[in-house]
Amino acid sequence: MIRFLTRRLGYMALTLLLVSVVSFVIIQAAPGDYAEIYAAKKAATGAVITQADIEAMRVELGLDQPVYVQYVRWMWNALHGDFGMSWAWKRPVGEVIAERLPVTLAIAFATLLFMYAVSIPVGIYSAVRRYSVGDYAFSILGYVGLAIPNFLLALVLLYWSQQYLGQSVGGLYSPAFENAPWSWGKFVDLMAHLVVPVIVLGTSGTAFLTRAMRAAVLDELDRMYVLSARASGLSPMQVLLRYPVRTALNPIASTLGWRLTYVISGAPIVGFVLALPDTGPLFLNALLNQDMMLAGAMIFIYCALTIIGTFVSDVLLVLLDPRIRLE
Amino acid sequence: MTASPDFPVLDVSGLSIALDNDGVQVPITQDVSFSIARGEVLALVGESGSGKSLTALSLLQLLGHGLSVVAGQIQFQARDGGRTDIARLGRSGHAIEALRGARIGMIFQEPMSSFSPIHTIGAQIAEVVEVHEKVGRKEARRRAADLLGKVGIPDPVGALDRYPAQFSGGMRQRAMIARALVCGPSLLIADEPTTALDVTIQGQILELLRALKRELGMAILFITHDLGIVAQMADRVAIMYSGRIVESGPVRDIFRHPAHPYTRALLDAVPRLGDIDRGRRIQPIAGSIPNIFEVPGGCRFHPRCPVAVLPRCAASAPPRHSSGRHEVECIHGETELAP
Repeated sequence: MIRFLTRRLGYMALTLLLVSVVSFVIIQAAPGDYAEIYAAKKAATGAVITQADIEAMRVELGLDQPVYVQYVRWMWNALHGDFGMSWAWKRPVGEVIAERLPVTLAIAFATLLFMYAVSIPVGIYSAVRRYSVGDYAFSILGYVGLAIPNFLLALVLLYWSQQYLGQSVGGLYSPAFENAPWSWGKFVDLMAHLVVPVIVLGTSGTAFLTRAMRAAVLDELDRMYVLSARASGLSPMQVLLRYPVRTALNPIASTLGWRLTYVISGAPIVGFVLALPDTGPLFLNALLNQDMMLAGAMIFIYCALTIIGTFVSDVLLVLLDPRIRLE
Repeated sequence: MTASPDFPVLDVSGLSIALDNDGVQVPITQDVSFSIARGEVLALVGESGSGKSLTALSLLQLLGHGLSVVAGQIQFQARDGGRTDIARLGRSGHAIEALRGARIGMIFQEPMSSFSPIHTIGAQIAEVVEVHEKVGRKEARRRAADLLGKVGIPDPVGALDRYPAQFSGGMRQRAMIARALVCGPSLLIADEPTTALDVTIQGQILELLRALKRELGMAILFITHDLGIVAQMADRVAIMYSGRIVESGPVRDIFRHPAHPYTRALLDAVPRLGDIDRGRRIQPIAGSIPNIFEVPGGCRFHPRCPVAVLPRCAASAPPRHSSGRHEVECIHGETELAP
C-alpha cells in the first residue's frame, strides 16, 4: 500500500509538471501579449502610448526574455507559492485566486455530493425494479438531463426562479445579506443560492451516474454469491446492500476523478451565466485579457484539482476492492 | 417443543413447480415426493434439465422469477423446532429467513462464484451467525474460525481475513461447507458440490461431507448427475427424469436391480474399471431430455426407451409399483421389481 501510494504520488508530480508546461505553452500560443493589449486599451481611452513605452513595459514584465526563461522563472516562483502579479488586477495572483477559489470548491463539492446522493439510490431502485414505471420515469428524466446543455439549463432555471419564486438566483447572496455578518439566515440564503448552480452543474453527471449505477447493480443481482447469501438467511434488503450494491460502488467510485474534472471544467461557463463570485468569470477574463500569470495559474490549479481527484478515486478503489489490492 | 423421533427431517410430497409463461403455468416438476431421515443421505440424480436443482431451490423458497411451487408439501422438522410446511411460506420474511442458513444449509456447484470476491471469507461466514443468533462480532468470528478448522482449512484464524481469490477451488468449497454448517443445520442441501472440482479434490470433499455428517448428524440431500458419487455417498437414491421421480430406493437395490429403463441406461453410461479389457463400450443414452414446452404424453421417457410398449407407453402415464422401499414408475415395474 505504501509502495502504491508513493508510486502514485510520483506519477502525480510528473503529470503536474507536464501540465504546467502545457498550460504555459497554451497561454503563449495566443497572438499578442499583455503589453500590446494594455496599449490598445489605453489608446482607446485617448492616452498616448509610444512604442518605447510598450518595450519598457515588456522589459519590466520579463516578456522580452525567451519563452523557456519565462517558464522557468514562473515555475520557480510558483514552487515558492508566488504565482506572480496579475497585470490586470495589479495584485498578486495568489491573492486574487484565494478570494474566489473557496467558492468554486464549495460549488464543486456540493455538486459532487448532489450527484452521488441522487444517482446511487435512484440507480439501485431502477436496477431492483427494472422495467417498472419508476425505472422508465427515471430513465426518461436521465436522458433529458444528459441532453440539455449546462448553460441553457442555467438560463432556464434563472428565469423560472426569478419569475415564479421571486428569488434572485444570480450571485451567491441576496442583496440583503451581501455584506451582513454570518448568521443562520445568511447560511440559509447561501444554500438557497447554491441550489441552482448545483443542479445546473450536476444534472448531466447525475443522469450518467444513475445509468452507471443501475447497470452495475443489475450486473451483480444475478450473481451466484447473491443466491448463496440469500440461502444463508439474509433478508432481501441485507443481501442487496451487503453484496450487489457494495460491489457496484467500485466502478462508481472510480469515476470520482473525472467527475470532479467535469464539474470544475463546466464551472466557468455556469459561473459566468449565473454571475457567481467564483473563479469562473475570473478565468474567462484572464484569458480574454491575456493576463498570463493569472490564466496560467488558473489552468494549473484546475488541472491540479483534476489530478488530485483522479488520485483520490484511485486510492478509494484500492480501499474498496481487495482484488486490486492483491495484485 | 421436541422433535418427534420417527418423523423425517424432510418430507416432500406431491411437489410440483411451474413456470409462469405469460399467464400460462408450464409444469417443470410434477408430483415429486421423497423424505430424508436424520443422518441419512438421499441422492437426487438426473441429467441437466431434469428439475433436480429447481427442486432443491424450492426447498428454501429460492426459486427464480416466474417459478413457483404450485402443489404439494415440504414438511421440515428441525432437531429443536416444530414442523413447518415450507411450501406455505413466502419467498421472504422472517419465517423462511430463519430457516435458511440456520436449520437448512445449502452449498452450490460453483465454489468460484458462491463467495463475493470483495468480502473476506471470515466476514461471509460470521455474518450467517450474526444474522441468526444474538452473538457479537467476536463470537461470530470465533465460530467461523472453528468451522473453518473443522472443514480442514489450515490456519483457520488467519483464513478469516483472506479473500476468496486467495483460496483454491477446493478450499473455497470447504469454506462454503463451513458457511452452510456454521449454525448447525438439521439438513444440508448440496447441489452438485463437487462437479466443478478436480477428481482428487472431489474425493476429499466427499470424504469431508461424510465425516461431518457422522460428527454433526445432519441429513443431506445430495444432488448430482454422477452415479459414482451416489455409490460413495448415499443411503438412498431418487432418479429424476423430466420433472418426475421415476425410481427411488436404497442404493444397493437401485445399483443391483435397477427397475426403470432410464436408471439402467444411466448405469450403463458409467465407465467402470476393466471396461476396455472386456471390450465393453460406454453406452450413452440416445436422444436428450425433453424441453419443458414439449414434454411427451404418457411416459415421458418413452421416445428414448429401448423397451417401450407402444402405443400404451405414449398414451397413459406409467403405473407406480413398489417393493419395500424400492419404487418405480414403469409399465414393466411389476416384473422388474420381482426378486
